[in-house]
Amino acid sequence: MKYLKFILPILGILMSMPVQAQLVEISPNGEINSIQQGINLAAPYDTLIIQKGKYKEHDIEVNKPLTIIGEDYPIIDGDRQGFIIIITSDDVTLKGIEVQHASTSFMEDYAGILVDQTKNTLIEDVRLVDNFFGIYVAESEGTRIRNNYLSASGERETSSGNGIHLWYSKDAHIEGNYVRGHRDGLYFEFVDGATIRNNVSEENIRYGIHFMYSDNCTYIGNTFRDNGGGVAVMYTNNVNIIGNSFEDNWGSSAYGLLLKEINRSKIEDNTFANNSVGLYIEATSRNTVKRNTFSQNGWAIKLMANSTDNVFSGNSFVANTFELVTNSRQNFNTFTGNYWSAYEGYDLDRDGIGDVPHHPVRLFSVLVERQPQSLLLLRSLLIDMLDAAEKFMPVLTPETLYDPKPLMTQAP
Amino acid sequence: MKTLTILKYQWKDLFRGKWIIGYALIYWLISDALIRFGGAGPKAMLSISNIMLLLVPLVGMIYGSLYLYQSREFTKLLLVQPLNRKTIFWGLYGGLAIPLAAAFTFGVTVPMVYSGMLFSMAVHSILMILVLGIILSFLFTGIGFWIGLKYFEDRIKGLGFALVGWLFLAILYDGLVLLAIFILGDYPIEKPMLAMSMLNPIDLARIIVLLEFDISALMGYTGAVFNRFFGSSLGIVVASLSLISWTLVPLLRGTSRFKKMDL
Repeated sequence: MKYLKFILPILGILMSMPVQAQLVEISPNGEINSIQQGINLAAPYDTLIIQKGKYKEHDIEVNKPLTIIGEDYPIIDGDRQGFIIIITSDDVTLKGIEVQHASTSFMEDYAGILVDQTKNTLIEDVRLVDNFFGIYVAESEGTRIRNNYLSASGERETSSGNGIHLWYSKDAHIEGNYVRGHRDGLYFEFVDGATIRNNVSEENIRYGIHFMYSDNCTYIGNTFRDNGGGVAVMYTNNVNIIGNSFEDNWGSSAYGLLLKEINRSKIEDNTFANNSVGLYIEATSRNTVKRNTFSQNGWAIKLMANSTDNVFSGNSFVANTFELVTNSRQNFNTFTGNYWSAYEGYDLDRDGIGDVPHHPVRLFSVLVERQPQSLLLLRSLLIDMLDAAEKFMPVLTPETLYDPKPLMTQAP
Repeated sequence: MKTLTILKYQWKDLFRGKWIIGYALIYWLISDALIRFGGAGPKAMLSISNIMLLLVPLVGMIYGSLYLYQSREFTKLLLVQPLNRKTIFWGLYGGLAIPLAAAFTFGVTVPMVYSGMLFSMAVHSILMILVLGIILSFLFTGIGFWIGLKYFEDRIKGLGFALVGWLFLAILYDGLVLLAIFILGDYPIEKPMLAMSMLNPIDLARIIVLLEFDISALMGYTGAVFNRFFGSSLGIVVASLSLISWTLVPLLRGTSRFKKMDL
């Protein structure tokens, strides 16, 4: 009996042995030279190490909880035949590999990595090059996609897929990824409670992020640059869009951020720079737009009159061609305490707030809405005179749309 | 060489008149105020280019014609000398246009230097404003000279034509363009509009400023016609040709008139 205190720990160790993961090594010239073979041999919760090299495989199915780690980015080349990796089990981790050449198709959404009806998948530090869809997540929960690099060289919308595509998923964490050259850099449809943080999405054919029917999501600190159509967020309630940067989206239908039917959301501390239209708002209600910076956009904000009860405060409008345009003489939104660089008023009591209200809608912007060609007359002396006259006696611009407390200096 | 001698005497005369110094000071003050209150960013640059588009043509045209009336005695004195009239003409023109252009450049550059804007902003936008200002100075002084010579005996008429000419190019012309757009807006009028803007040097300069500072808005225009045209080498060639002919034609008309004039 006195040996019991020595035997018990040993027993404990022995009992835990089968649970402890086995290592399965895969290398191009080794005993196990295909990844599918390695997966078939492995037991649940084993770790697969893929040695450096090139593996021509496609439709690799990960159907048990495994940790798959690549050494020095082994390349898995799908040779344009179907999917490359299909994850169908919970608790799969995928790290440090390079996935190339998923098939392109008009019928199937072939992807480099397909995550299908799983929980707790982790995809980290993976390079996805020249795939149709990059990472496709369907009906999954708690998926974490971190620090991946996705690049494609699609030229047309129809023949290229989305970078990170989420469909009917919950609680996803998308962090620190870089996406370029896809159709939509990130795509979310029927996603709930996702966090999208510190990603960079640029030079995609259509949108940097395309986002629909996805309530309760949060984006923080992402950069969306030079995408064909900018960023589109639609039909969603309760999104937080905070501290992102929307840059260089040029074109007749390019928007830094397009909001369509977005309700009760926060758009705060973002930067909109050098876009044709910084923020386009349509049928969007009860949102707060605070402390954003709009600089050198063609149109800082295009606000359609079917948007109501939005509050715009503490924003800075710096050197935009047009600060605000709308398509109605009515106004159902609140503007207060913003900085407008086109403000021409004064501050006699020196409290930092201008003494006369600022009317951000110029007559000329109304003219341009009616006859786009007249844009060529921008900055003409004649136009400045017309604007001044309109400011004095509004005839065509919305009389009730003004900022009663314009800031004299840009908020820090 | 003789032209240079005339230039030298004229510059002495101009500086004695203090007028040119005042002209430089105006730019200095305006630019300083704009940078001080608007920050050393694109906003101040835009305002400076607006001032440039407004003041340079006005001053060039009016002072160009006025100066001839003012220096009538000096001109007559020169004509007595053994100089040919072409030399005298270019001497007189250079004697005014160069100081005007220099005053503009000096007045705008100095505040940019001590506010640090020269080093913080993109070099090409600053250069563009300076070069445009210089070109417009030469161009409108030339037109002013031509008007002055045409109505050499009738100062009121000359001055009136200079003012009306400026008013037309700066404001009325754009009014006509705007009217044309609203009447013919349903037709594809982009190309005729481009041609129309080529015909007016102020509009041309203004569009070059737009391409620098309002490119985001111009790209938002369906088809981006203007941007595509002015960005192409054809556009640059046509625009330069237009500016050159706007400078040369009045000057050549002016010289030929000056050569034949009975003074």
